[in-house]
Amino acid sequence: MLKDKDRIFTNLYGFESPFLEGAIKRGDWDGTKEIIGRGHDSLINEMKESGLRGRGGAGFPTGLKWSFMPKESDGRPSYLVINADESEPGTCKDREIMRHDPHKLIEGCLIAGFAMRAISAYIYIRGEFVYEASVLEKALEEARSAGFLGKDACGSGYDFDIFVHRGAGAYICGEETALLESLEGKKGQPRLKPPFPANVGVFGCPTTVNNVESIAVVPTILRKGGAWFAGLGRENNTGTKLFCISGHVNNPCNVEEEMGIPLKELIEKHAGGVRGGWDNLLAVIPGGSSVHMIPKSVCDNVLMDFDSLRAEGTGLGTAAVIVMDKSTDLIRAITRLSEFYKHESCGQCTPCREGTGWMWRVMERLCKGEAEIEEIDMLLDVTKQIEGHTICALGDAAAWPIQGLIRHFRPEVEARILEYKKNNAA
Amino acid sequence: MSIAVKDSEEFVFSPENLAWTEGQLKKYPKNRQMSCVMPFLQRAQEQNHGWVSIPIMEYIADFLDMPYIRVHEVASFYSMYNLKPVGKHVIEVCTTTPCWLRGSDDVVRACKDELGIGFGETTNDGEYTLLEVECAGACVNAPVIAYKEQYYEDLDDVSTRKFIKDLKAGVSPKPGPQNGRFKSCPMGGPTSLKDMVPNDATFGGDK
Repeated sequence: MLKDKDRIFTNLYGFESPFLEGAIKRGDWDGTKEIIGRGHDSLINEMKESGLRGRGGAGFPTGLKWSFMPKESDGRPSYLVINADESEPGTCKDREIMRHDPHKLIEGCLIAGFAMRAISAYIYIRGEFVYEASVLEKALEEARSAGFLGKDACGSGYDFDIFVHRGAGAYICGEETALLESLEGKKGQPRLKPPFPANVGVFGCPTTVNNVESIAVVPTILRKGGAWFAGLGRENNTGTKLFCISGHVNNPCNVEEEMGIPLKELIEKHAGGVRGGWDNLLAVIPGGSSVHMIPKSVCDNVLMDFDSLRAEGTGLGTAAVIVMDKSTDLIRAITRLSEFYKHESCGQCTPCREGTGWMWRVMERLCKGEAEIEEIDMLLDVTKQIEGHTICALGDAAAWPIQGLIRHFRPEVEARILEYKKNNAA
Repeated sequence: MSIAVKDSEEFVFSPENLAWTEGQLKKYPKNRQMSCVMPFLQRAQEQNHGWVSIPIMEYIADFLDMPYIRVHEVASFYSMYNLKPVGKHVIEVCTTTPCWLRGSDDVVRACKDELGIGFGETTNDGEYTLLEVECAGACVNAPVIAYKEQYYEDLDDVSTRKFIKDLKAGVSPKPGPQNGRFKSCPMGGPTSLKDMVPNDATFGGDK
C-alpha cells in the first residue's frame, strides 16, 4: 500500500482548509520561483523523466505533449487549457482536487504554463460543479493577492493568469476539441484533426489541453523529482493515481494509490471489499463507463494500470472502478450507459448520431429478452460500424461497453432471450 | 426540451449583473467576446427565475454582437439551460449506472411520490420541478441529487423523502452525504491520511 509520505493529495477528503493557509502548510507554493527558474526545457525533461501519463483517460505522456508546443511564437500567443469537465460515469476525482486542494491545480497551471510558454490558462469546469468552481475562484483570488499569479508571478519575471470557464452540461465537452469550441462560445462539437490543438487550439492559437489531475501533480513531481515519481508503480505506468471506487462495495470512496495496485487489493483495502464478499463479485468496469467490463476471473489478478488493463482488452481510462456484484442485471447496467451515450451524442457524425440511439433501442429489448438470438451478432456488428468511424471517441465509447458485455456475458444475454421466448410461447 | 411558445417580456441584465459582465469580458482576448455567451446565458437564467427565454437569447446576441441563431444554438445544445419555465425548486436526480447500482430507482420513486410529479414536470403550484440528469460526477457518493448549486449524496428512500419534506417545510437540508459519512472518505473512517484527521471529524458507520 502507498505510504502517506508518497501521497500527493494530502487533502483529498477535505480534512483541512482548501485555501491558501492550509495549502502552504501542506507544502504548496514552496519555492515556485526556483522551480520556474530551472527553465522551460529542464521542466519538460523532468516531466518526461517522471513518466507521467495523462490522467484524463487516454494516458498520453504529459511531458511529451508539452514539448509539441512552439518554442518560438509566430506572433500568436500560446494557451494552457485545463479539462475539468469531469463527466465520465464513475469518475469523481477532479472534483476532489478542485474543492479540497485547488492550489495544487493553480500552482500546476503556472508551472506547466511557463514550461510550454503559455500566456494564460483557462480551466473549463463542468457547469454542475458550482460549489467547486466557487472554491476555485476564491483560491485564484488568493493566489493573485499573494502575487503568485498575474504580473511577475511568484517573482519569477513571468506574467501569467488563470481564468475559470464554466460549462453547461454536455459530456462531449470533455473531448478536447469540443471543449475548445465551447470555450470559444459555440456548441461543443469536436473538430476534425489535424490541425491538432498544439498548432491551432483555442482562438486559433497553439494550445495544450491537460486533465486536472495531470496538472495538479506537477508541482509535487518537480519538488520531489521525476525519479521519485518514476520509482512508484511500474515501468511505463509510473506514479500515484486517484481511484474512484463506486457501485457494489461496502465503502465506496476516492483514494490515492500507487499505479499498478492489484484491483482486488484496491477494493479490499480501501472500499471495504465487495458487498457480500469477493466471491459475490460479478464484473467490474475498471476505468469509467467507456471501457470494456471485466469478469471476476480477470478481476482476481489484474493490476490497475494502463498496460495491464490494456492487455485484458479494457483500459485504465479515468481509473473509475465501477463494481457490480452478482445481484446486478448486467444487461440493464449497460443499457443505462447506452442511454447515456445516446443522450450525449453531439449529433455531428452519422454513425454516432444514428448508432447510439439504435444500439440503445436494441439494448432495451435485450433487457427484456424481446429479441432474436441473431440480433446479438447484428448488434455487435453495428458497434464495429460505429467504432473508429466518427470524428471523436464518443462513438467508440458507446460501442465498447456493449462489446464488453457480449464478449464476457453472451450466455446471459442469450438466456434472457430464450426465457422470454419460453414465457411468451403461444 | 422544446422552446416554450408563450414567452416572457423583454429582458435586460440587472445593474449588478451588468457590472459583472465587465469582468467576464476581460477574461477573453480582444474580439473574442463570444466566449462570454455561456456565462451570460447562465447568469441571465438565474436572473430570470431559472429559464432562458427568446428575448434573453436576443439580448445576449445583441450584447455580444452575435447572430441570434448562434446564441439559440448554444442555448439549445447544453442541458443546463432550461428553455421553458421551471419551478422555484429544481430537483435533479442522477440515474446513470453508478447511481443506479446504488439505488437511484428508490430515490426517483421517493421524489415522484413526495412531489406527485414525473420527470420534466412542475408541480401545479409552480414550486417544484423534477429533472432526470446524466452522471453528476459524484459516483462514490451515489445516489445523488443536485439542488441549488449543491449535491445531496448517499441517498436512500428514507433520506430522499426527508430531503423533500424538509424543503417543503422551508428547512434547508445540509449538502453532502446524507448517511453520516465524511465527504468521499470511506464510511467508518479513512484507510489513508489518518494523521490528517481533524479531532471533531465523524465518519458514520459502526466502526
